[in-house]
Amino acid sequence: MARNPARTTGAGSEPVALPTGRAPGCPFDPPPELDRLRTAEPLTRMAYFDGHVGWLVTNHATARAVLADPRFSNRPDVKHTVFATVPRPGGARQPAAPGWFINMDPPDHTRYRRMLTGRFTVHRMRRLEPRIAAITADRLDAMERAGTSTDLVSAFALPIPSLVICELLGVPYSDHTLFEEQSSVMVDLESTEQQTMAALGTLTDYLAGLVRRTRTAPGDDLLGGLVAEGELSDEELTNIALILLVAGHETTANMLALGTFALLRHPRQLAAFRADDALAANAVEELLRYLSILHLGAPTRAALEDVELDGRLVRKGETVMVSLPAVNRDPDMFPDSADLRLDRTGARRHLAFGHGVHQCLGQQLARVEMRIAYRALFERFPGLRLAVPAAEVPLRETSAVYGVRRLPVTWAAPS
Amino acid sequence: MRIGTDREACAGAGMCALTAPAVFTQDDDDGRVVVLEREPDGEDAEAARAAVRLCPSRAITLSD
Ligand code: HEM
Ligand code: SF4
Repeated sequence: MARNPARTTGAGSEPVALPTGRAPGCPFDPPPELDRLRTAEPLTRMAYFDGHVGWLVTNHATARAVLADPRFSNRPDVKHTVFATVPRPGGARQPAAPGWFINMDPPDHTRYRRMLTGRFTVHRMRRLEPRIAAITADRLDAMERAGTSTDLVSAFALPIPSLVICELLGVPYSDHTLFEEQSSVMVDLESTEQQTMAALGTLTDYLAGLVRRTRTAPGDDLLGGLVAEGELSDEELTNIALILLVAGHETTANMLALGTFALLRHPRQLAAFRADDALAANAVEELLRYLSILHLGAPTRAALEDVELDGRLVRKGETVMVSLPAVNRDPDMFPDSADLRLDRTGARRHLAFGHGVHQCLGQQLARVEMRIAYRALFERFPGLRLAVPAAEVPLRETSAVYGVRRLPVTWAAPS
Repeated sequence: MRIGTDREACAGAGMCALTAPAVFTQDDDDGRVVVLEREPDGEDAEAARAAVRLCPSRAITLSD
């Protein structure tokens, strides 16, 4: 992130650099500078790594307007990037590779998205609940067998979504070390371009092999289903599998670990959560809002024509980044927005899953995983607590997906 | 109150089916919105209004 050349926030017309510094001792709060910007100038000029002067949005209403407006494009060949690393095939300022639908606009995006949305509906995800509960129980059994303390990330938060997305897609979980390691390199903004491209290459080769094997014997998983439909090339299938594999485990894993950390640091909220089963669904929404793990560099869109936004003129070609942590703390939408309140009304209005046609494809899956996993964890280990002082929990401050690197916890009876 | 939907605009995100399950569901094939109850009232009407606000692609409309 040191590569971002812009100065720290200047006054007036000077473009700002994306604020990244969280306050010491406040691992759950966005950088305080974002609050200041939202109050002073919620749509403000921001410098991008390549020298482009674009925009930063920190309020909820403008964020929704940008993300739902077809005059703003998600295409990499028209967008500038906030940071130097570009974890996608082709790299910066190049059109999206075949199948890389997350960086396409309608109608190209729509074509791919409609092949996938039927696989992630509210109903289908509900039908997965027993399987997700069984996977979760397995992990809890393993933790219990192994002793009275563990790193919650490697024992629980990472394997659950990894196992689930593997089953859903048709990826062998035995290869999890490979894709978990490569994917975390891909989303780390401190990775060099060589490291990012190498990780992308390794994952692409791995999944291309899987796609070829699936062609000869398609199973009844998602990849097998797409192969059977016969509409997509190997390159398209590989890229779609890559997107789903990375997006499907990295994000939820970080919500599970960081969310547990947050609950442990808010004992009254945790007590309420444990006392009331019915609170779980809303608790998940509030944790998504409060933690906003997609925190750096995304989402971005570029104006395809001059657009008047919030009384300012965004010119054709200019890129806009929405800070999800900032908009999810907008007090106009969320009163006392700095407080974690698991029973907050309207928590679901958060934009942690984005907004507009690119709104998270896997959101219903992520919701079910979180609802089941948080509950099961605190049911199994009522005495769960941190095994180190909170200040010593290592944070993923330089990753596009925020979270904790490790979460040492214990459930031993207090001595 | 009467519900209208724009299946071309729908992104299949499922916020409607999650928020107002008595009023909306999703097509099993492509995830797009399907209306279960065209003229909801009471609590269902409230939930439908919330779904309109939450829909990411402005695919749901209400008329009197
Ligand atoms: C708590 C967990 C998750 C969070 C916070 C999250 C967040 C997001 C956000 C903010 C976007 C929009 C990006 C943009 O507009 O540029 C997005 C898109 C996406 N997410 Fe998630 N996500 C999560 C879990 C998942 C899971 C489990 C999957 C797995 C299937 C997934 C797959 C995707 C895909 C494919 C897109 C791109 C959709 C499109 O462009 O049409 N996500 N996610
Ligand atoms: S919330 Fe909107 S976009 Fe999502 S399924 Fe319902 S109508 Fe479609």
